[in-house]
Amino acid sequence: MITQAIFIIVSLFTLVTALLVVRHPNLFSSALYLVASFFGVASLYVLLEADFLAVVQVMVYIGAISILIIFAIMLSKGMMGKHTSPHNQQDRWVALAGLLLAIILLYFLVALVQWPTTPVGPVPANAIQLLGQDLVGRFVMPFEIASVLLLAALIGAIAIAREREI
Amino acid sequence: MNLLNPQTLAPWFISLIEGIGLSHFWTLVLWNLIGSISLVLFAIISILFIVWLERKFAARVQDRIGPNRVGPYGLAQTIADAIKLLTKEDITPATAERVSYNLAPVLAVFSVFMVAAVVPFAKGVIGADLNVGVLYITAISSIGIMAALMAGWSSDNKFALLGGFRVVAQLLSYEVPMVMAMVSVVLLAGSMSLQKIVAAQAGGRWFFWVMPGVFLLYIIAALAENERTPFDLLEADSEIVAGYHIEYGGIKFAWFFLTFFLNTLFLASFTTTFFLGGWRGPFAEQVPILGFVYYFIKTTLVIFFMMWVRATWPRLRIDQMMAFAWKVLVPTSLVLLIITAIVLKLGLPAIWVDALLLVLNVTVVLVVLGFLGRAMRLDIDRPKRRIAA
Repeated sequence: MITQAIFIIVSLFTLVTALLVVRHPNLFSSALYLVASFFGVASLYVLLEADFLAVVQVMVYIGAISILIIFAIMLSKGMMGKHTSPHNQQDRWVALAGLLLAIILLYFLVALVQWPTTPVGPVPANAIQLLGQDLVGRFVMPFEIASVLLLAALIGAIAIAREREI
Repeated sequence: MNLLNPQTLAPWFISLIEGIGLSHFWTLVLWNLIGSISLVLFAIISILFIVWLERKFAARVQDRIGPNRVGPYGLAQTIADAIKLLTKEDITPATAERVSYNLAPVLAVFSVFMVAAVVPFAKGVIGADLNVGVLYITAISSIGIMAALMAGWSSDNKFALLGGFRVVAQLLSYEVPMVMAMVSVVLLAGSMSLQKIVAAQAGGRWFFWVMPGVFLLYIIAALAENERTPFDLLEADSEIVAGYHIEYGGIKFAWFFLTFFLNTLFLASFTTTFFLGGWRGPFAEQVPILGFVYYFIKTTLVIFFMMWVRATWPRLRIDQMMAFAWKVLVPTSLVLLIITAIVLKLGLPAIWVDALLLVLNVTVVLVVLGFLGRAMRLDIDRPKRRIAA
């Protein structure tokens, strides 16, 4: 019962802040609402007893991605004023298209995908060890490919930003 | 009934309250509430003492007496200052972004208090023994960066904004070696739970003895994370006045002040936990109250070390600070991490693992110091090039 209530509150919080991200006239505030929304998602993970995922969500999305976004906003010219949102006049069409896409996706997700509802039992105590072993064992290829991709992006960024010494 | 043993305290309290007729759920809520409030109170009260200690210590180093008017040895000076801060007028700049301006100090304190939940004070005394404890610490401290950024931006002041930029640059850079050092500790202990890390240091096998290089890395990164000299560029008075909290006064400034010293306290206690055996000491297993004593002695020593550094060293220049993080600390931490992982994979007996790690750690530190010394000599010999941008 209480879990249900908490779930509803957290979901509402996540959704409202997510809406504010796209609707707020100030870009910096949007970024802050994005952080709040990420927090909501992290809380949902906690409710699902996925501590590791929740902590990683906070670390990666709030600690790294949001701060990067904010840094990019701060470094952009003319982005620190009061009204900076790059809104144009086509809000309604965007809303309509988004709604349509959501309906189609929801249809596929709800009607066509079989969601197994059998309880899987409690989370094993050494879940993190298992996850780590799987990451460098069974799923070593995707893991390595992601690392190489990130490394390439890193080197690319440095190559672009590098000052040419003349 | 041994009330000095915290492990019997919880069942005793729960049975007491349930005897009154409260349901089990509400008893647990009450118990946890009491626990968190006492944790917060403990932190705030120790801050009053640490601030006094820092002022007194810095004064002695600089051949002054320090606070000596309020109370014996000026002990009540911090309380007087706190009351003064609380009664000051609450000012908000006219052009500030109100919501984030007011939210930032609260978020800053929140991020530090959240970390308090995983500090192991004694055997069985920990707010929440998360099995992702170390990861949790890193995740929560990133909220502190967020708060500083919000404060810097919403004040609508260019010095505050510059301070905010510096916060991100510095804290993110030094978080990398810090996390690497933590990962080495986690590898050696085999767990991310802080109680298990303390348990792995049983019998005087402090990780400080096993991995002095990693310890050095951690304490340097902790100084930077705490915005302390020689890394206090975030609030460098002579450059950007006071950094991101320049526009804050009264109670809101008090929040930031509190955050700074809470950070000192908890970084010191994590140093204790990771490297100095936490609450371990003679008879700490049998008499858990002794664990508190050992824990506080060790933490105070680490805090003293940080104050000592602050009182003796000048501030780095910003390009030196960034270069030091990325060209010295990060490669060193990577090397140490790889060494730890390889040595642990060799499958040697425990005593050999420790000895090998110790030797390799010392070697790495010496090599790095050698390189640093050479670089500095070259820097002095070389005709001055343009000052790096």
